[in-house]
Formats: sequence, structure tokens, C-alpha cells
Amino acid sequence: MLRVEDLACWRGERAVFAGLSFSLKAGEAVALLGPNGAGKSSLLRVLAGLLPPAAGRVLWAGEDIRQDTPAHAARLRYLGHLDALKPALSVRENLAFHAALAGGDVDAALGSMALAPLAELPARMLSAGQRRRLAIARLALAPAALWLLDEPTVGLDTASIARFGHLLAAHCAQGGMVLAATHVPLPIADGRQLDMS
Amino acid sequence: MTPDTTGRSAFLAVLGRELRLAIRHPADALAAVLFFLLVAALFPFGVGPAPETLARLAPGALLAAALLAALLPLDRLWGSEAEDGSLDLLLLCGLHPALLALAKASGHWLTTGLPLLAATPLAAAMLNLPTEAWSTAMLALGLASALLSLLGTAGAALTLGARRGGVLLPLLVLPLAIPAVIFGAAAIEAAANETIARPMLLLLAALVATALPLAPLAAGAALRGD
Repeated sequence: MLRVEDLACWRGERAVFAGLSFSLKAGEAVALLGPNGAGKSSLLRVLAGLLPPAAGRVLWAGEDIRQDTPAHAARLRYLGHLDALKPALSVRENLAFHAALAGGDVDAALGSMALAPLAELPARMLSAGQRRRLAIARLALAPAALWLLDEPTVGLDTASIARFGHLLAAHCAQGGMVLAATHVPLPIADGRQLDMS
Repeated sequence: MTPDTTGRSAFLAVLGRELRLAIRHPADALAAVLFFLLVAALFPFGVGPAPETLARLAPGALLAAALLAALLPLDRLWGSEAEDGSLDLLLLCGLHPALLALAKASGHWLTTGLPLLAATPLAAAMLNLPTEAWSTAMLALGLASALLSLLGTAGAALTLGARRGGVLLPLLVLPLAIPAVIFGAAAIEAAANETIARPMLLLLAALVATALPLAPLAAGAALRGD
């Protein structure tokens, strides 16, 4: 159970957002909407514990996430707007590194985003959409309670969006939560929306 | 898995990735080695054909050249991770930020310090350092470059995101490396004069032992932003 209470975030002198409160239940997928600059990415970073909030609290099961940041990091997967790939490493090596950190089956994760034929290619040979697919495949490595996704579908073709939708559905069916900043509807049946504008 | 074993495997995963990336980009380590050799080669040209003078300068010149060369890849140490978004994931991977910094510092030493050691005999020969002092020179350079890897990792974390961070980094790190130059050069000189170099090497090792916990802690705090 994730609850956000009266959260505020500043960038320099400017308030990005303030007085934000909402909660996420197990198995729920929420699309975070809002114009550019509304603070969607900042909110995701605060929820991941990468950025301290200027005011307010983020509670997980009633406990502030800043009490125990390693435990919070262990239960979340963060997909930033950057793909976090090393161009010199192969597709498999990129994924294997994260599997070594978080556990999980590399081949199954490659298969989930149809990356198996590309597994031995260096990541620098991938197109933008293929890079995004590889970044998303990280989510499929090992289960985690909370997915924080920043524009997950940018550059994806329709088949890949459908595969991503399967991952989302499986994650939610297991009781996982998703919060995704997005400008297009999430490929999931019963998603809630949160408008930040 | 217990937290202990996950910590160790995460540490090894980060270190292994550093080494693998260095093997895929051998030009980076090679550039540092060539820089080291070129700086060492400049001294004979500047000092002129006087072997004794050159041998007098050799210990200090070796240390200065090696530390400058080891600085070269440091501004990319965290910069490349921050640019492609990997840093966020590394900070969320469950490894304590200080251990993450220690893994990066170890990677820097293995991929930059160690190749410099391999090139030390060549540089020592160009500087007319007596052959008896070569092994001490390698030991001193090994310890001094380990200290620079540790200090440099912390410095690079502090200057991450700063404008002109690449210029700021040497200004921050090199003054802290002065003791390493003093003790390292003194050890090599003692070996060249066939006196006892051991106390100087031990002092140098003590510096490394002090920086070993402190520098990664500082780097970790800088990365987390607190």
C-alpha cells in the first residue's frame, strides 16, 4: 500500500508540485497524466527515493519510505526516461547485470519483450524502440511490488506495446502496483488516471 | 539470500561490469598509459643529456606522471553513469552507495592503476632510475595510484553535475594526493640510494588504509545528495 500525503517538490526556487495526495492499492495501475513540466518525472523520482521531497511524506504500509531506503529500493523497479544501457555490452549482458543485482531469469525476460533474436548484439546497434524494449525487459526479471515508469511506451511499436501490456497485466494480477507517467493510455484494461495539471 | 551475500554479489556484479566495459573500450586504459609514458619521456628532453640529474628527478617525475595519468579517466567515472541513466539504477540496486563507490574505485584501479604499473619499468628506464629501485617504484606507484583511485572516486562524485567538473576534479583531488607524492618519491629515492625504503612504503600504505573506508563513504554521501 503506497500512500502519498501532501507531497511537494521544488526545483530550484520553483514549486514543481505541492499538496499532492493519493494512494495506490495492490494490483492497481495508475497512469500519471499532465502537461510537460507538470512534475511527473519528479514525482516518480521522489517515490523511488532518488529525490527527497520538499514537504509531505510517502508512506509504504504506513511507514515513511525514508526510514528504510534500502528496503524501499528492493521492492520497486524504476524505469526512467533514459534507458540506462551500456552500448558496449550485448543485450544479454546488459540484462544479466541487472539479473545479478536483483535476481531473475535473463532468458525469460528477453523472451517477454521478443529480444531473444537480438540477445548477442551490442546495445549500440539497437534502434531507439529496441533500446526501450530492453529497458522494459528489466521489469520482467524478478517480481517487485511497485513499478515506477517514466514514459514507458516511447518509441515502441504496436506489437511491443501489446507485450508491455501483458507484462503490466501479469504484474497487476500478482498484486503489483504501477505508476506510469504517460501521454498515451496505458495498454491495460482497468487503469486509473491521476491528473497532475 | 542474506543481505551479506546479496551485498557481495552486487559488489562483484558492479566490479565485473567495470572490467568488462574496460575490456570493450581498451583505448581508455591505453590513453592513460601512453600519457604516463609521454610525460615521463618529456623530462629527458627538458633536463638535457645529464643522466645523474635525470636520475635525481626520476622518483618525483614518476609519481607526478602516474597520478596525472590516473586522473584522466576519472571525470567519466560517474559522468557516464549519470548521462545514460544507469546511476539511478545503481543507487536503487540495494548496494550501499559507499560500497558502490568502493566497487567503482576498485574498477578504476584495476583498469588504470594496474596498466600504469606495467608501464613503470619503461618509464623508469627513460628517466634513468637505477634498476635496483624499479621494484620499489612499482610498489610506490601501486599504492599511490590506489590512493588516487579512492580520492578520485570521491572527487568525481562531488563534482558530478558541476559545470566544468572535469577541471574542478584535479583541483580537488591533486592537493589531497600530495602526501602520496612525498612518501612515494622518498621511498623510490631511498631504494635508488640503496637505503631502506620500507618505512616510506608503510606510511604510503597507511594513507591508503585511511582512505579505504573514508573516501567511499564521502563518495556515497555525495551520490545520495546528502
